[in-house]
Amino acid sequence: MTKLNAKIPEGLLAEKWTKHKASVKLVSPANKKKLDIIVVGAGAAGASAAASLGELGYNVKVFVFHDSPRRAHSIASQGGINATKNYKNDADSDYRLFYDMIKGGDFRAREANVYRAAEISNNIIDQYVAQGVPFAREYSGYLANRSFGGVQVSRTFYAQGQTGQQCTLAAYQAMSRQIKAGKIKLFSRRDVLDLVVIEGKARGIITRNLLTGEIERHSAHAIVFATGGYGTIYYLSTLAINSNGSAALAAYKKGALIANPSMAQIHPTSIPVLNEYQSKLTLMSESLRNDGRVWVPKKKDEKRPPNEVPEEDRDYYLERKYPAFGNLVPRDVASRAAKERCDAGYGVGKTGLAVYLDFRDAIQNQGKETIVGKYGTLFDLYRKVTGINPYEEPMRIYPASHYTMGGLWVDFNLMTTIPGLYAIGEANFSDHGANRLGASSLMQCAGDGYFILPVTIGDYLADEIMTPTISTDTPEFEQAEKEVLEKLKKLLSINGSQTVKSFHKKLGNILWTYSGMQRNEEGLKKALEMIKELNDEFWKDLKIPGGLYELNQEFEKAKRVADFFDLAQLIILDALNRKESCGAHFREEFQTKEGEPKRDDENYSYVASWEYVDENTPPKLHKEQLTFEFVKVTQRSYK
Amino acid sequence: MKITLKIWRQKTSQDKGKFVTYKLDDVSKEMTFLEMLDYLNEKIIMEGEIPIAFDSDCREGICGSCGLYINGRPNGPQKGVTTCQLSMSAFKDGDKITVEPWRSKAFPVLKDLIIDRNAFDELIQSGGYISVNTGAAPEANSIPIKKENSEIAFDAGVCIGCGSCVAACKNASAMLFISAKVSQYAVLPQGQVEAKERVQAMIKKMDELGFGNCTNTGACEAECPKEISLTNIARLNREFLAAKIS
Repeated sequence: MTKLNAKIPEGLLAEKWTKHKASVKLVSPANKKKLDIIVVGAGAAGASAAASLGELGYNVKVFVFHDSPRRAHSIASQGGINATKNYKNDADSDYRLFYDMIKGGDFRAREANVYRAAEISNNIIDQYVAQGVPFAREYSGYLANRSFGGVQVSRTFYAQGQTGQQCTLAAYQAMSRQIKAGKIKLFSRRDVLDLVVIEGKARGIITRNLLTGEIERHSAHAIVFATGGYGTIYYLSTLAINSNGSAALAAYKKGALIANPSMAQIHPTSIPVLNEYQSKLTLMSESLRNDGRVWVPKKKDEKRPPNEVPEEDRDYYLERKYPAFGNLVPRDVASRAAKERCDAGYGVGKTGLAVYLDFRDAIQNQGKETIVGKYGTLFDLYRKVTGINPYEEPMRIYPASHYTMGGLWVDFNLMTTIPGLYAIGEANFSDHGANRLGASSLMQCAGDGYFILPVTIGDYLADEIMTPTISTDTPEFEQAEKEVLEKLKKLLSINGSQTVKSFHKKLGNILWTYSGMQRNEEGLKKALEMIKELNDEFWKDLKIPGGLYELNQEFEKAKRVADFFDLAQLIILDALNRKESCGAHFREEFQTKEGEPKRDDENYSYVASWEYVDENTPPKLHKEQLTFEFVKVTQRSYK
Repeated sequence: MKITLKIWRQKTSQDKGKFVTYKLDDVSKEMTFLEMLDYLNEKIIMEGEIPIAFDSDCREGICGSCGLYINGRPNGPQKGVTTCQLSMSAFKDGDKITVEPWRSKAFPVLKDLIIDRNAFDELIQSGGYISVNTGAAPEANSIPIKKENSEIAFDAGVCIGCGSCVAACKNASAMLFISAKVSQYAVLPQGQVEAKERVQAMIKKMDELGFGNCTNTGACEAECPKEISLTNIARLNREFLAAKIS
């Protein structure tokens, strides 16, 4: 039986990481040259890890499914990245960022990991600036900051609405430098199909070359999954359409645990669903809530255009319900409040599933030029998608699937329960609890990739210096490849009558309806049955044109959706198991009189980690008890 | 609305390829161009044929994966949009639309509308970075940077590496692409240390990879979905000249 040991160092919170760094085992430069590391995924986490590991002297192999690592979806992160520089003199500190994240995550994240994330946040900004990231600056030439949801200080660094692009490209370029130096070998257009475990250790991967369809074996002394989140499981999401959970699922089936899979963030400010053909939803950065005011009409059947609705007929419901944080409440709170208003019949737009985000007052008070400087690229993006000019008319927004707090379970070293397999960035579960605060995703990815993994992986590899290059000609590789091929051939042989997309849409719809912003036991149980039925139908009636050994995009999609079916069932089981409400996980049965989430700390203050048993047995639950030594666990309030 | 599509189909990189005509009679103006292609592909699959292969991912104009040559222009008739941001409202009932991949020696066609843009990665590898190792950075505010310069760097740094500039250029030059990277770092103190080596290495690599020369027609700027300015090429030329004579 797998036993969870988070390996959190002893000592005071602020000293844990420093002490740990001073005590990990080291690998000498001469030995680093003999060790191979595979990194899967090259977004903000994977690229920074690969670059840093290459600089250290390891032999790195990077695998991405895109044509170029620069396309990773971190590129679309908009609003910013947090750090505790306290440039604003507003009493910020590592402790405050730590506390904001712990509270924002509704006390369901690990104290030690979160504190470390805050502690290294400043190094990340230093690193990015040195790499040439053009963060916004004041006229003095010093760096500018803005605020984000769930906090009362201004600690977010940004590059208009394209912070993720600038940071991800910086990491991509650092990685490119190591490719030129010969320390990184890049494998693009590769899908990872399986993980190879030899004598209990992660030793390789099975990939499919997406151009030729060829199945390949690759080995290494350690493996890093930086494969992002699985929010695309809902079909419509703010994610890139090819983002997927397949690598995480492969690791799960080989013995890694998946933690809190149902903790999925529904972002409050996405452009609403516009029509039935839509393939994805476009995010409008949370930073817009710094200056935009959210409202709906006070009257249910308001027919006047938004600009003609006078002040007294507008309900600025976030400012009304949460005076202390106003429009800057955390994402889960803002999303639920929008849904509540729309469900009560106050929603706007054609479908009634939208609320206004209004910049009229901000433009009046600060001038249009200032607003252009802060949000220009976002306003342009909104206009391109909707045809509405947000400088003149309020934006319409609605919640959408965005980020998954859940992911592969990792210990303090970011290692999964399989020795030698690491998970970093959104792919792991560790830092955001039940709800992620804005501008902390880039921060976690960069922290994991630049500063944590390069230290902790050495601790493991120090015991591998005598292990020669891992052969791919072993029974384990043979077996993994055989199983992969069987599954792929099975998919291709179905020869049914429905397309992958039609199945994905149906699956997404079930999850959105029964396991989206609100959940209840009856609905979840129904969803589980529906998913099982749909899954059976998928394996009987799927239609895939073309073959295995060629560029075949329908086939790629089919493999990903097949994995989503497994993941969806895990999500529902997790949501059913957690009989409390916390953060983004809102069980209707467990709420306060005011409709806020009601936690049950006595029974659910744990990380729910799921172990795969076999096809016919439900997964096994392991609980990592969360202990809070340094903060007082309270009911989360933004009023 | 009804539209007729003439789409480039090519089975493999070795295949000669040809245009195939498709008719759609129920296209909504609310679709994006790629959603229209998705819709067409669903129909093609249901008819038992092989769907049209094309790259796309973020579908919000930032990843740079998509990029099609539509009616003789990169990303179609709208200005300042990627192909995924192009709306079918830009077309009218009865329109004939020709869809091709980028055409450039440096970007070989792999299948249908999918091309190989590895050459762009190689250009960045040749010098499109600042050589700072993780951990070696000074405190972020220790070097003040003029707001104006930071904004020039940002405006150049927004390049998404889609290749529209190359597709638009009659010489298939990658000048706008490399000039954006050279400019971004030329105006920042962090980038100036290696400025000379960077510009020389990137120009040399561009020639090696089979991209053409720049003859200042400005087609790249006109078709760039991120509206990256031609002034970056002027700055690159100054940098290149300065590197030569110093």
